[in-house]
Amino acid sequence: MTSPTSTTVSGTPSGDGRAAHTPAAAAPGTPGHTGSRASRVLGILALGSIVLLVLYGLVWSPADAEMADSVRLMYIHVPAASFMYTGCFITAVASAMWLRRRTPGWDALAGASAEVALVFAAITLGTGSLWGRPTWGTYWTWDARLTSTALLTTLLVGYLALRRLDVDPTARSTRAAVLGLLLVPNVIIVNRSVEWWRSLHQRSTLVKLDPTIEGQMLVALMVGFLAIGLVFTWLLVHRFRVAWLEYQSERLDLDLALAERRAEAGRTTGAGEAPA
Amino acid sequence: MTHAGYIAAGWGGAAALIGAYAAWVLRRGRALSRQVPPEERRWS
Repeated sequence: MTSPTSTTVSGTPSGDGRAAHTPAAAAPGTPGHTGSRASRVLGILALGSIVLLVLYGLVWSPADAEMADSVRLMYIHVPAASFMYTGCFITAVASAMWLRRRTPGWDALAGASAEVALVFAAITLGTGSLWGRPTWGTYWTWDARLTSTALLTTLLVGYLALRRLDVDPTARSTRAAVLGLLLVPNVIIVNRSVEWWRSLHQRSTLVKLDPTIEGQMLVALMVGFLAIGLVFTWLLVHRFRVAWLEYQSERLDLDLALAERRAEAGRTTGAGEAPA
Repeated sequence: MTHAGYIAAGWGGAAALIGAYAAWVLRRGRALSRQVPPEERRWS
């Protein structure tokens, strides 16, 4: 990764020392996007698995004896919740690595992962509420699992808001990293809440040697994990690249401003010396 | 199918959210890529 302290201006410098930080900075013929061969393959796999999920989740799998067809919401809800946890863990690990190494790549990864985790948190809460209405008779209840998930979502929103503060970038990243580390205990609380407190929410279905779901419904849930996992990875790859571009753009803006100030100072000095 | 409205809202909402977010990420990536030199875009 490029050092955050580097002040080298990339691109083609012009006569007055200004870097070519303009739309023309991208060389002709180079792809102006965040895609690569690997990410395109990943995207195709994700789309294929989504088609498979629709077929398994909505067509091929049977209705549940108790939940009837509302069980079909579980094929999105459970994987979305799992990848929300994954996003939070990646943010926490990347935050720890940023605090240790101070390289911008880790900071970019932490921010990108938190944002993708927030998307999956919204899906988790939305599908959970829609499942709760026909099953529990209400969209929302202040149950331990639901409340702790809402708190985790709020923490993610706060984390992303902190990253947008207009302050010194290093201080901002440090504060965000500390908050990012706090996601882990929150994830543990959300995950264990159904065991620690009396909860309306059902206990874990899969984290057992003998899962409480089987047959085509188990296959549909596994396909859900595959599809949502591939979508999560694709989104994370692209969002990380956008975060990296944001960092580079910010750095180039700073370099450009410094170059302009130096050129201005040089002109002022030259003008001051001329009469003598 | 029972609870068809809830299922359609859940699946449709999730698809719409992911689709909208993916489109925003790609659009922002394209806009920023034009401002950053190719050597800083290590994936291209």
